[in-house]
Amino acid sequence: MPILSADMTAGTLIAWRKQPGDAVKRGDVIAEVETDKGLIDVEVFVSGVVEKILVRPGATVPTGAVLALIKEDGAAAPKSAPPLQTDRLRISPAARKLAVELGVDAANVQGTGADGAITREDIEHAAAVKPLVAAQPPAAAAATAALDVARMRRTIGAAMARSKREIPHYYLATTIDMQRAMAWLGEQNAKRPVAERLLYGVLLIKATAWAVREVPELNALWVGDRAVLSEAVHVGVAISLRQGGLVAPALHDADRRSLDDLMRGFRGLVQRARSGGLRSSELSDSTITVTSLGEQGVETVFGIIYPPQVAIVGFGKVVERPWCVDGAIVSRPLMTATLSGDHRVTDGHRGGLFLAAVDRLLQEPARL
Amino acid sequence: MTRDELRATVIRVLGDIAPEIDAGSLEPSVALREQLDLDSMDVLNFMVGLHAAVGIDIPETDYPRLSTLEGCVEYLAAKDRGP
Repeated sequence: MPILSADMTAGTLIAWRKQPGDAVKRGDVIAEVETDKGLIDVEVFVSGVVEKILVRPGATVPTGAVLALIKEDGAAAPKSAPPLQTDRLRISPAARKLAVELGVDAANVQGTGADGAITREDIEHAAAVKPLVAAQPPAAAAATAALDVARMRRTIGAAMARSKREIPHYYLATTIDMQRAMAWLGEQNAKRPVAERLLYGVLLIKATAWAVREVPELNALWVGDRAVLSEAVHVGVAISLRQGGLVAPALHDADRRSLDDLMRGFRGLVQRARSGGLRSSELSDSTITVTSLGEQGVETVFGIIYPPQVAIVGFGKVVERPWCVDGAIVSRPLMTATLSGDHRVTDGHRGGLFLAAVDRLLQEPARL
Repeated sequence: MTRDELRATVIRVLGDIAPEIDAGSLEPSVALREQLDLDSMDVLNFMVGLHAAVGIDIPETDYPRLSTLEGCVEYLAAKDRGP
């Protein structure tokens, strides 16, 4: 059972996506797990063949518990393995949610939708005919179905309390002229069909990812008693959930992806954060986090660092304000960018260089 | 489409984004972003949904005209009749 949030201690196995005998490769989704972040797709770390499944759907086990045995590549597959073929389940988020509510293992449901996709009706049908032998009482199954907001609040509280207890934060803020970035974005979006338009948030993510290449100490994880710099830049993006609470899944390799690719990834993350289906790597891989409360109308946000990360970047909303340019006062779209840094790893001087880099990068949006 | 059909379409698309909305209690002239706590990603998905539902191209510069339920119906009705 992977640790998917800083203070996660246990998780409930909801369904297996692979069966004994199935070949798996690194990154494949092998199981679904219910956590305080909702339903998460658990990925495998090694390539090989599933040898044995040790935890049944419905069971809650502590983090670190072994869920299944995988024979790594190089060794022959067990001969007794049944030749099962299980592709990734074709199932809509609504049907998946219903399956959990009704305690149905979607992997055993025959889909009747387009290309064999499993529909809500299929789940309802399966629930009606399923034998009354559940791994846990139906009441308990129903209780784990909806996102448990109280549990999520406790988890966020525990992580943030730990952060405030252990991490000596320092805070910096600077005002960035967003005229060029917004004008460039407007031009781009005027040329694009609605589904391919960019949000300015992806410019901020990309600028952050590039700026940490200049101040790499901010892109690190605190391990034991020291910071371990990360070569890869996985930017966690704080996403608020409609039911309450938030998650900050990672956009992997944000520094090496185009704005279009980042936008697709960002849309996917938001959608899956809200409907279930985030991947375990997305929840555990972030090397720095970006938070933007701009939508709620605040101009400044100072984030609390999410352990074991060592920095969080905040962006406020873009506001029209008077601004001095070449000695004249003009109206400009301005944005406050902030950095909360871990003083064990960096100091205000390095943090200031980072914010200056973000500003500089946003002045040349076409290069991002 | 009639205005009633357009209104129903707008509410259906909103329902895909904010499943908990109560169509009956939507104030027609209050900003949807405020009423439904929509963020910029929600607004983008709303525009994508409207475009898919009515086949009308909505430039980004027109988004402010679609900020309320009534504004959406007005805008789509005007576009639906053609230029």
